[in-house]
Amino acid sequence: MLHSKIKQKISEPAFPNEGKERKRVLGYDEAIREALQLAMSQDKRVFIIGQGVDDPDGMFGATKNLHLQFGRERVFDTPLSEGALTGITVGAALAGMRPVYFHNRPDFLMLAMDQLVNHASKWSFMFGGSKNVPLVIWACIGRGWGAAAQHSQALQGLFMHVPGLKLVMPSTCYDAKGLMLSAIADQNPVLILDHRLNFNNLGFVPPESYTVPIGKGVIRRKGKDVTIVTVSHLVIDAFNAAQEAAAYGIEAEVIDLRTIRPLDEKIILDSVAKTRRLIIADCGWKTGGITAEIGAMVAEKCFSYLKAPIKRIACPDLPTPAAHNLEKAYYIGKNDIKKALMELTR
Amino acid sequence: MMKLSKIVLRNLLFEMMRIRRVQLAIESRYPENEMQTPVHLCIGQEAVAVGVCANLKINDYINSNHRGHGHYLAKGGNLRALIAELYGRETGCSKGRGGSMHLVDTKVGHYGSSAIVGGGITIGTGMGLAIKMQKKNNVSVIFFGDGASDEGVLYESINFAVLKKLPVIFILENNQYSVCSHISARQAGENIFHAVPSRLLMTKIVNGNDVLHVYDSVSKAVTRGREGRGPSFIECRTYRIGGHAGCEFQDVAGYRTKKEIEYWKGLCPITSFQKKLFRNKTITPNEINKMERKIENETKKAFDFALRSPLPAPDTLPLYLFDE
Repeated sequence: MLHSKIKQKISEPAFPNEGKERKRVLGYDEAIREALQLAMSQDKRVFIIGQGVDDPDGMFGATKNLHLQFGRERVFDTPLSEGALTGITVGAALAGMRPVYFHNRPDFLMLAMDQLVNHASKWSFMFGGSKNVPLVIWACIGRGWGAAAQHSQALQGLFMHVPGLKLVMPSTCYDAKGLMLSAIADQNPVLILDHRLNFNNLGFVPPESYTVPIGKGVIRRKGKDVTIVTVSHLVIDAFNAAQEAAAYGIEAEVIDLRTIRPLDEKIILDSVAKTRRLIIADCGWKTGGITAEIGAMVAEKCFSYLKAPIKRIACPDLPTPAAHNLEKAYYIGKNDIKKALMELTR
Repeated sequence: MMKLSKIVLRNLLFEMMRIRRVQLAIESRYPENEMQTPVHLCIGQEAVAVGVCANLKINDYINSNHRGHGHYLAKGGNLRALIAELYGRETGCSKGRGGSMHLVDTKVGHYGSSAIVGGGITIGTGMGLAIKMQKKNNVSVIFFGDGASDEGVLYESINFAVLKKLPVIFILENNQYSVCSHISARQAGENIFHAVPSRLLMTKIVNGNDVLHVYDSVSKAVTRGREGRGPSFIECRTYRIGGHAGCEFQDVAGYRTKKEIEYWKGLCPITSFQKKLFRNKTITPNEINKMERKIENETKKAFDFALRSPLPAPDTLPLYLFDE
């Protein structure tokens, strides 16, 4: 495990759809932590586990000192045994608890695939609805500081393939809290794939308990010329790219999916019907990933609206390299999205 | 060995006979190809399911596996819903979505069975964690085979159960074969968990074909679990009389000798227990006949119920993926 260098926190763009008060600013870690605090206070069945959740820093700050407030019976460190512990959370959920299981990186979820794919996501269907699995699994995609091939994988494409698993990827502090509260209240297994870059964010977060619905995307910027569908930390990149492109008279609409599965198809299709051009940007791999699935869905359902071929921006089909200059060549961001915007509207 | 009442002894026999009879009925009708599900019969292993479950209360949990008809019935699972499930009917315990390997009856503490070998071990451990967090005095029992004891999650789960002193009872139902692979091809020697200090994990090796031996050992493990003294690991040595899946005549030839099978048939847990009860004058042949008739009647009714039941309507296919 590596610690990336400390970065300056940055304020999120003033997105219009996040609460009314807009008074209190929190860091991304504090927003998640507040969600956990509220959920644990409201519901005795909620408990938090994972390697390092009771570390002095908590899980990137998101679980910091919760064990002091709620006790080590409800917030506890675990053996590394990701396979067994995932099954243990499934069992605890079946027997009436509401586990939230934190992982430092999605890479480690590969050790838990049997329980996620064969068990948690199957249980309700396989037993005709006799038993459901209210379970939250959280993992944080790494990036930078030479994290390399096994500490940086953005595996949402892999998980999107599995029916029975809800897949959430927040992008703002407000949503990180609201989606966590929704995930904990959900009756089904929910996987939250967060991103290390999101933890640099500062944003408006109301102190009360509120939920952001799972399965609903949101328009972060209105526009008439191009639709950009994206998720997680790329939402801010897409927003900034769109702001810059506006100087050239291009008005891009930015859609933050927030949830990969269930996918909010309507918000995508409605926007494409209006703009007739589509860019899809994702921090995962291109082949068989989010961009592939959404591209296919749009081609299938509203091909006749499209004026130009769909553009996909995703990481190349390669493991992440360590050297910082190769990392730079590997990753995508604002400039790639801006370039696509310019090309598509030329 | 503890002294058991006449009622308990007779009940142990009845439950074993019932599981055997249901298995034989499934086996005899399987070639009709109406039960389109891979059945894994537990003929010869009835003493394990019955000896364990006779110690349990209705709200204690069990976690079963692909060879799970016996566990389901011994815990009190509904017989008609079992047979209907094998026929893929809407009235099946899993509404025809699970089949033979995925049985469930939440009313009796059976929350579903996994057909990924070793999959249920972790889930049962988690149910034990829930019991402890909820401060209940129930136990969570996990049935798994020698094949599952090859899996790494068993180590992970036992470590966690010991670490957290969970009321979990690991029942290794060692029937010696994983499909056609003998345990000697898969494991270096005696199961490694027998070497764990007893203050951490109570371990025992029992004759899995002797229902009283199973009952007795599990009774100590259940007490230990209810009193918050931690988990137990009990290896029940038994034998799979039939093949891995399907009926006896479908067993692959050549991976074990006829002599070996005949030897173990001679150690039938039901016949030997019947003889013991005759000797003790706990039961008469006449009373056994009565039991047989009762079971026969119930089994026939279960098959009739299943065959009368509707198949799931095709438009219900998308149901139950999520609980919304």
